[in-house]
Amino acid sequence: MFLIDCPYCKESRDQNEFSPAGEAFIARPQNPEELSDDEWADYVFYRTNHKGDHWEQWVHTNGCRKYFLVKRSTISHEILEVAAFGEVTSENKS
Amino acid sequence: MQKKYSWYSLLKAGLGNQEWDQAIPLSKPKSKYDVIIIGGGGHGLATAYYLAKECGITNVAVLEKGYIGGGNTGRNTTIIRSNYLRDEASSLYEHSMRLWEGLSEDLNFNVMFSQRGVYNLGHTLQDMRDIERRVNANVLNGVDAVVVDHKEIKEQIPIINTSKNARYPIMGASFQARAGVARHDGVAWGFARAASNLGVDIIQNCEVIDFEIDGGRIKGVKTTQGDIMADRVGCVSAGHSSVVAKMAGLRLPVESHPLQAFVSEAMKPILHTVVMSNAVHGYVSQSDKGDLVIGAGIDGYNSYAQRGSAKIVEHCAAAILELFPIFSRVRMNRQWGGIVDVCPDACPIISPTKVEGLYFNCGWGTGGFKATPGSGNVFAHTIAQDKQHELAVPFHIDRFTSGALIDEHGAAGVAH
Repeated sequence: MFLIDCPYCKESRDQNEFSPAGEAFIARPQNPEELSDDEWADYVFYRTNHKGDHWEQWVHTNGCRKYFLVKRSTISHEILEVAAFGEVTSENKS
Repeated sequence: MQKKYSWYSLLKAGLGNQEWDQAIPLSKPKSKYDVIIIGGGGHGLATAYYLAKECGITNVAVLEKGYIGGGNTGRNTTIIRSNYLRDEASSLYEHSMRLWEGLSEDLNFNVMFSQRGVYNLGHTLQDMRDIERRVNANVLNGVDAVVVDHKEIKEQIPIINTSKNARYPIMGASFQARAGVARHDGVAWGFARAASNLGVDIIQNCEVIDFEIDGGRIKGVKTTQGDIMADRVGCVSAGHSSVVAKMAGLRLPVESHPLQAFVSEAMKPILHTVVMSNAVHGYVSQSDKGDLVIGAGIDGYNSYAQRGSAKIVEHCAAAILELFPIFSRVRMNRQWGGIVDVCPDACPIISPTKVEGLYFNCGWGTGGFKATPGSGNVFAHTIAQDKQHELAVPFHIDRFTSGALIDEHGAAGVAH
């Protein structure tokens, strides 16, 4: 169990209020018509499943109900960074 | 080392009160093997055993980074059943069930397989429709299954709460009589011992840190105990499958989550069967030692930490008390988590990969223990013949590209 700082509510709240919403920075393909089956499979099903510091999405289900980004260790569960969408992108992420 | 256990060996060692022989020899790696299995859990050890026994390949090493059976094999709630909905899944799990039924004799090791039956409860009309559909599918596939109503459940399990006033009243269940439990540690030890008797090296404290790949073909592995060459490598590393795959430059359609379980202190016999409920989400049986073995669900977030959230424990305890109010004052003894690799369709991957000679057996998610012998068996044949065993064909990794998923989520993906 851990606490998460909601970047919108500006409060540190119990993890129970939040729901995980998967790996971050998976961009929907811009050219769906041209995608091969392998590329679709990678977008829909394949995941990094990284062991270590992992960028992921959470939603404040029982709070503001907004989605945001969290960098969290999948080894220790320690939260290293929290950001609203746009503040951190796949290009400038730490 | 004693090769075979028998009543005579028991009597001799027992009466003589002598030191018992070591059950499994400790091996150091050789420089080359025909096949290397990465992961000394139940599935990996079973793979090695069937490679030696049925495929005639005995120059095999099982590399385990910790100790054998120390991962999910020793962390699950030991439930064994084969009442899956889809043809592909039920064929695979039924294959496993048939191997379980002769396993202790086959391995010359008592895995304490106890066919005490499993009830999968239904709490709503829709649950009951799904149960009837699954039971009918099971019967068509030659898997024993019946639908029972709440009166029969109460007759069989007098301590269960079938009151209509329950928040989620029990309406009925599916019952598989051949289902049951086994001793999970014993399964790992039995496969390890039987495999090493056939010439397989079981190497513990040996972590694979990289692959040797040349021209798209596997050449061997680098480990904490040195480099080991092999023509074929099978990865059976459960929650760490993505980590191992990454070393070979591969991605997998799995994500790792913590799955929790807990046991109570030992009590007199009170529950003679296994009770599972998807709707309230808990499952419980009583071990031969007397403790209640209770399984919870997974946390939704990715983790490699082998521990989960308290809210999952709370949710599961609430579910168990809903079913068995009598357990409200039972004290819990231990609680733990294991890391399970979950596939999008809640079905495993038993498959070759883009690297020639490298095979993966992963994605068993929350329900791998019951499949231990069957999984090892079909994976051994897949590696030996470089061609998927017929039961493994639907479980090729390409199903995520073709779209031919095996949708077990509704039928079995929640409680295992």
